[in-house]
Amino acid sequence: MNRKKKLSGKSLILFRAAVIVVLYALIACVVEFKLLNRMMLSLVIPVGINIILAVSLNITVGFLGELSLGHAGFMALGAYTSALITLNVTGLPKLLTFILSMLLGGIVAAFFGILIGMPVLRLRGDYLAIVTLGFGEIIRGVINVLPITGQAMGISRIPKYSTYTIVFIVAVITILISMNLLKSRHGRAICAIRDNYIAAEAMGVPITRYKIMAFSIAAFFAGIAGALYAHNVTFIKPTDFDYNKSIDILVYVVLGGMGSIKGSVIAAVVLTLLPNFLRSADDLRMVLYALALIVIMIVNAGGYKDRFLEKYREKKIRRKAEKEAQ
Amino acid sequence: METFILQLINGIRTGSIYALIALGYTMVYGIAKMINFAHGDIIMVGAYALYMLWAVVKLPLPLAMLLTVVICSVLGVTIERVAYKPLRNAPSLAVLITAIGMSFLLQAVSLLLFGATPIKSENIVQLKGFHIGSIMIPGLPMLTLAVTIVCMIVLTLFINKTKAGRAMRAVSEDKQAAALMGINVNRTISLTFAIGSALAAIAGILYLSQYKSLTPTMGALPGIKAFVAAVFGGIGSIPGAMLGGILLGIIEVMAKAYINSALADAIVFGVLVIVLLVKPSGLLGKNRIEKV
Amino acid sequence: MALLEVKNLGISFGGLRAVDGVNLEIKEGQLYGLIGPNGAGKTTIFNLLTGVYRPTDGTITLDGVALVGKKPEQICHAGIARTFQNIRLFKKMTVLDNVKLALHDQVKYSLAESIFHVFGFKKAEAEMDARAMEILKVFELDGQADFLASNLPYGKQRKLEIARALATNPKLLLLDEPAAGMNPNETEELMKTIRFVRDHYKITILLIEHDMKLVAGICEELFVLNFGTELAHGEPSAVLNNPEVIKAYLGN
Repeated sequence: MNRKKKLSGKSLILFRAAVIVVLYALIACVVEFKLLNRMMLSLVIPVGINIILAVSLNITVGFLGELSLGHAGFMALGAYTSALITLNVTGLPKLLTFILSMLLGGIVAAFFGILIGMPVLRLRGDYLAIVTLGFGEIIRGVINVLPITGQAMGISRIPKYSTYTIVFIVAVITILISMNLLKSRHGRAICAIRDNYIAAEAMGVPITRYKIMAFSIAAFFAGIAGALYAHNVTFIKPTDFDYNKSIDILVYVVLGGMGSIKGSVIAAVVLTLLPNFLRSADDLRMVLYALALIVIMIVNAGGYKDRFLEKYREKKIRRKAEKEAQ
Repeated sequence: METFILQLINGIRTGSIYALIALGYTMVYGIAKMINFAHGDIIMVGAYALYMLWAVVKLPLPLAMLLTVVICSVLGVTIERVAYKPLRNAPSLAVLITAIGMSFLLQAVSLLLFGATPIKSENIVQLKGFHIGSIMIPGLPMLTLAVTIVCMIVLTLFINKTKAGRAMRAVSEDKQAAALMGINVNRTISLTFAIGSALAAIAGILYLSQYKSLTPTMGALPGIKAFVAAVFGGIGSIPGAMLGGILLGIIEVMAKAYINSALADAIVFGVLVIVLLVKPSGLLGKNRIEKV
Repeated sequence: MALLEVKNLGISFGGLRAVDGVNLEIKEGQLYGLIGPNGAGKTTIFNLLTGVYRPTDGTITLDGVALVGKKPEQICHAGIARTFQNIRLFKKMTVLDNVKLALHDQVKYSLAESIFHVFGFKKAEAEMDARAMEILKVFELDGQADFLASNLPYGKQRKLEIARALATNPKLLLLDEPAAGMNPNETEELMKTIRFVRDHYKITILLIEHDMKLVAGICEELFVLNFGTELAHGEPSAVLNNPEVIKAYLGN
């Protein structure tokens, strides 16, 4: 196998820190000096939120290998929880209230993830997918009738606390945590369940516990993303968090390549920005997304990607050999 | 009491359509072992097709209905051939995502063609109701129920008594073994999709007759609920789909009438969760043991 | 006392009695062979021992601990590890990670340490790496530690399955047709490895095998299963010359 020389230990940490700082500086410049038009600038925060959503859903779909169609439901829990807190808690500094509300939003979402997960995650595949869809709709239905959540009218006049700095920090933390998780005993157990749950069980992995773990970590970050969303748009209603929203997030994960954190990030960025270039063709965008989902699955199953990579590698090796011969 | 009976009739009306869709779902799931998310959207295609053929092209109604069924069957078979067949040995996650993509594609294309504003249709079928005592029984729900029951009986006979039906049962048990016994697996699966989609077309026709309104997303939610109905009744079981559909329709309508209409969908999905936890094989389904 | 004691084990699938009244005793350190014609119920016995199926009757005791009713992962903790007839590796994980997964319960650290890579994380991972590499070396897989499991050739995949099972630190190792699909040379080599594993790790091995040469070569005791019931058991030479056994294999 032909691998890149890997950075490790301290140099890896330094490299990552440098990338993060440069990226942040770049975004800060663009936003502070208004280097882009207003519409693009208004997308900086949504891009970050979508990255968090995509990376977190990737934990369930890419690592655990189970389809979750209720991610928007967890997002709703976080959004409503945090909005209710920032609207009702007074006396604390703004930033502190916001951070606390965000964490609580995440915790409430994770708690529901566990609550839902405990009975349901014994199921697999098709059934689990349809049940997550059902739970997303149940959460939305309940929000729709509770007086405290403003029913169908939603909650408005939420303070606009989400800044690009906070969203950037949270997105970076989400990415780093998923990367770390992947390279740990817990992450290995989760991926083992995806690859072969029968063997994982036989090797002593308590499947349900790890499924719930993956599920609730994903729900936690979806809740946080919801909180950031609520404090960016300042007005939330149940229809913001419907099945279509869950599918949108799924599209990011699938297009980015299931299991690839980098892919989820890139897909979230591109697919959040792209529609604004294709604004006139919004209906066409839906057709393209749908086609992309189908084509990617068929191409993946056919192993075209692997064959392509194989050819590419062969070429590289041949070129190297030619060079050496010269 | 009278309102209760009226609600019950309403429930049967909604439930019959669920049952009709669930029949197709259960067949496809039983044989191709996949949730065909696009199944609900075939109803939408059927409804639009009927509307276009009858109200726009002005074909005679029976011909328009027949053509609608044919269009949906061809569409169902094409979808299977193009999108699902290459994934027959792929993990269920891939198949599921493809099916979701297909469902979205149908919705997006119809959105592109017809726009998001609902199209209103005229009355397609006019039926007089009849009285039982002081209670007025409307005609259309009863027709819907009758059509559903006829479809169920025909389907049961087809699967149990014909050669093609036997092939379907064999493929549902074990594809490879069926192929070794000389059954054309591809053709059998295509036939399954054709029949399932034809049922969806009939559901689309009945749906349009009752609700007289067309939107690109009209099939999505009934489709998913019909799947819930199929699971409720026991996936793979034809009488189960019928029973599950009718019961779910009644539950939904009753929840709307007596609890809270905004909660009705949540209650329907609550039923699904409870069924899967208490009796995953459904009301009339069989347990299966997984081979290691 | 025997390490594994199976008494009157039986399971029915619907009307089919797949395993019926099996009594089996394996002593500590034994290399035991389970043989029988196709469909005799050998793999079903493995599935019963490892909790994949729940027996309808009988008891299973490992080292004094009753196993019936336990989940597969609990049985793994109790000390039984297995391989599968149709290889079940974690295909999208590396060879090293396949083995490290199996060390999951021996080297532990918390979720917080996993997420932040702090405190004992590094030390624990280093220990896992070392132990996994040691096991991989036994099977000559250490050179391919970074390969994806699915990229290994077939024979090596079978070996990796054994390595992975071994990493769970079992008292009893169940091998389901370890030599299936191997050529005579590979089988020969595998026999040596199996014997080495037993001696080096001081464990007990129960294996299902069709390759009579392998069975006769390394097993100290054999159990012959036919139609879910015992046909014979005892020393290999005696069992393999038993007319009943020959009849079961070759017909009349």
